[in-house]
Amino acid sequence: MEVKPLLEMVKISKSFSGVKVLQDVSLSVYGGEVMALLGENGAGKSTLMKILSGLYKCDSGEIYLDGHKVQIDSVKDAQKLGISFIHQELSVLPNLTVWENIFLGHEVTKGCTKKIDKAFMREKSRELLKSLGCTFDVNAKAGDLTIGEMQMIEIIKAVSANSRIVIMDEPTASLTDYETKKLFEVIAALKSKGMAVIYISHRLDEIFEVCSRVTVLRDGKLIGVTELGKVDKNQLISMMVGRNLEEQYPYIAPSPGKVILSVEKLNYKNKVKNVSFSLREGEIVGMAGLVGAGRSETAKVILGEYKKTSGDIFVNGKKVDIKSSKDAIKNGIVYLSEDRKKEGLISNWPVGENMTLPNLKKYVGNFGRIVKKEEVIDFKEYAKKMSIKTTGYSQIASNLSGGNQQKVIIAKWLMTKPQILIFDEPTRGIDVGAKKEIYEILNELKKNNKAILVISSDMQEILGISDRIVVMHEGEVAGEIDRKNASQEAIMKYAVGISNRG
Amino acid sequence: MNSFKSFIVKYKSLVVLIILVVILSIAMPRFLTISNLLNVLTQISINAIIAIGMCIVILSGSGGIDLSVGSVVAITGAIAASLYKSGINLPVCILCALGVGALIGFANGLLTAKQKIQPFIATLCTQIIFRGITYVYTDGKPISGLDDSFTAIGNNRVLGIPIPVIITLIIFLITLYILNETVLGRHIYANGGNEDCTRLSGVSTDRLKILVYIISGLTAATSGIIVTARIGSASPNAGLGYETDAIAAVVLGGTRMSGGEGTMLGTMIGAVILGVIDNGLNLMNVNPFYQSIVKGVIILLAVFLDKKNKE
Repeated sequence: MEVKPLLEMVKISKSFSGVKVLQDVSLSVYGGEVMALLGENGAGKSTLMKILSGLYKCDSGEIYLDGHKVQIDSVKDAQKLGISFIHQELSVLPNLTVWENIFLGHEVTKGCTKKIDKAFMREKSRELLKSLGCTFDVNAKAGDLTIGEMQMIEIIKAVSANSRIVIMDEPTASLTDYETKKLFEVIAALKSKGMAVIYISHRLDEIFEVCSRVTVLRDGKLIGVTELGKVDKNQLISMMVGRNLEEQYPYIAPSPGKVILSVEKLNYKNKVKNVSFSLREGEIVGMAGLVGAGRSETAKVILGEYKKTSGDIFVNGKKVDIKSSKDAIKNGIVYLSEDRKKEGLISNWPVGENMTLPNLKKYVGNFGRIVKKEEVIDFKEYAKKMSIKTTGYSQIASNLSGGNQQKVIIAKWLMTKPQILIFDEPTRGIDVGAKKEIYEILNELKKNNKAILVISSDMQEILGISDRIVVMHEGEVAGEIDRKNASQEAIMKYAVGISNRG
Repeated sequence: MNSFKSFIVKYKSLVVLIILVVILSIAMPRFLTISNLLNVLTQISINAIIAIGMCIVILSGSGGIDLSVGSVVAITGAIAASLYKSGINLPVCILCALGVGALIGFANGLLTAKQKIQPFIATLCTQIIFRGITYVYTDGKPISGLDDSFTAIGNNRVLGIPIPVIITLIIFLITLYILNETVLGRHIYANGGNEDCTRLSGVSTDRLKILVYIISGLTAATSGIIVTARIGSASPNAGLGYETDAIAAVVLGGTRMSGGEGTMLGTMIGAVILGVIDNGLNLMNVNPFYQSIVKGVIILLAVFLDKKNKE
């Protein structure tokens, strides 16, 4: 007898104000299967999943569960049908304990007073934790857990709500390698329970590791469904972007000049310990390390955001005293934050005003008045130079795609004419095509003799674009590797603290 | 046509105001007389000026709010009146009152920006403290017997327009210019939109926060002088509850409480709506106890409509 898929979505279409974002897309998943959902940003993955989880209603199309047609009009409907969506932004409440989070919204009560049954819920939570191999305490405050552990809470919530289909959106985006491994074990456990997992990720390596089949979307259309054993990475990429990427990491040989930035024995609390390194003009230095190794902290100490406890920073051989971003910018240092939404952009602002913010003084005319005409001229120049897809100066930043937002932020910093650029996770959460454009921008800057530091958790990226690699481990510089000696293994050895410089 | 439409969408409160004025003019013929309108505008000016400062503080984000404005009104009024009575000439008295207002604003700014105390708490404390200082300073008694040259600020007219209305208009135009045309204005909106991003973009956000509270202190002091001049005496109880009216005007004007979105014109319209409601209810001889209820309900309705519209 033929096995029926657990879930079938048939010919789903959806438009937003006249723009078709999904066109006759079908997707099917079997119980005990992990299905990858792949596509560039804007391909329609999240829309499709939001329809499945009841956040959006489709214009046409049908959804079947166990072969029966179902109607999903709300998140509640979806939950009743056993569909859970684990979003990229976790919805765990940090001020509640683990068990309170797990039972949030469906607390178990006892007696006629409807008193909540704490003992029962604690015990049940403990069981659930154990069944998925988690070791943290049910009474711990969720806020004290690591991001990976918080994610486990979300998964346990899904399991405890008797979900049969779990959607995971970029679940590993902020996990360490170890936590990622744990997550994969949990996914395996879910599979063995007969649950279906729909796995959205940009990281192809992971998809090959955990998924059995892949559904690829592009521009709101279904491009193909295939078993992962039958394709390789390059084929997947070309399915996603519709063209062959000759080389994901364009590399040009450096012509490093004099040292522009040097950092000596920088300390900040116990997060940054005796960090020393230098950047030369015309080179890209990659900074690798596990999450929490102190890389972003190092950047923010250089920037003056965090007040250093000791150590010196030299720009062009001169010792500088940087107390704030303002001072940093004056010294030609700019920082592209890893958190685009929180630190990179004012999302409800026009693209153009976002770009000119650090450099407003340039446009001041008579009576302190900002001359908007000049702002627009500069905006146009940079939008063209960086091929930013935008309708114009006044387009609201949040309406741009992730890649274009990132380019807006880079443009904003370039307008200040910096000589040292620190990029923190510059390609996080943006699609393959846009990633390459960012790399090309980095190379262009390198050619123009800028000194560039790229902090990244994406090992391929670090290996692909760096001339030198500085690896951090627990707040210290564990080692430095030249491009010609660089390999994933070499970086890992330093990153986990097996090798050390000394 | 399109720009007219977007103007209406942006200033929905204007529609509310027009409706109110039409209703009142029909119900109360006395409402639409020049003398009554000028009277309304004069009364409004006190709240409007405070609301201008409040609007800037709220726009600047980071939870910005200034609850100390009522106490600033009382203490600056008392200082201006007492100095004047001791024989110091009027411009100096005014400058001293403004200076004290700015200083209290500076203190509020330091507490919120440097000590990282939530603005609500910080300004609540300064509100209480400066009310107390006013009682100590005045010994709890009003300072009265101010002569005509002082009271002229509140009661005289230039070219037929009451001086408080002229002052309001000038302050409004200056702040309008600052908010829309200058770097300071851009930074205020930026910080209201996203503080972290603004700071990382090289803006001294601490200095910005201090500055907006100084502006609010200055506007409250201006109102303090006008209140004193209108009554002809400085009461230690002056300005009680003024912060509520000012916040109501800002909210009615469509400014987002978390900052970053809102306009000075909206705030002005909000202040005028509040004044018109007050005046209308007075003309209709509504019991003051009920006036407060009616006012609260109307504000709630206006905000509710605004919210519906945005959704």
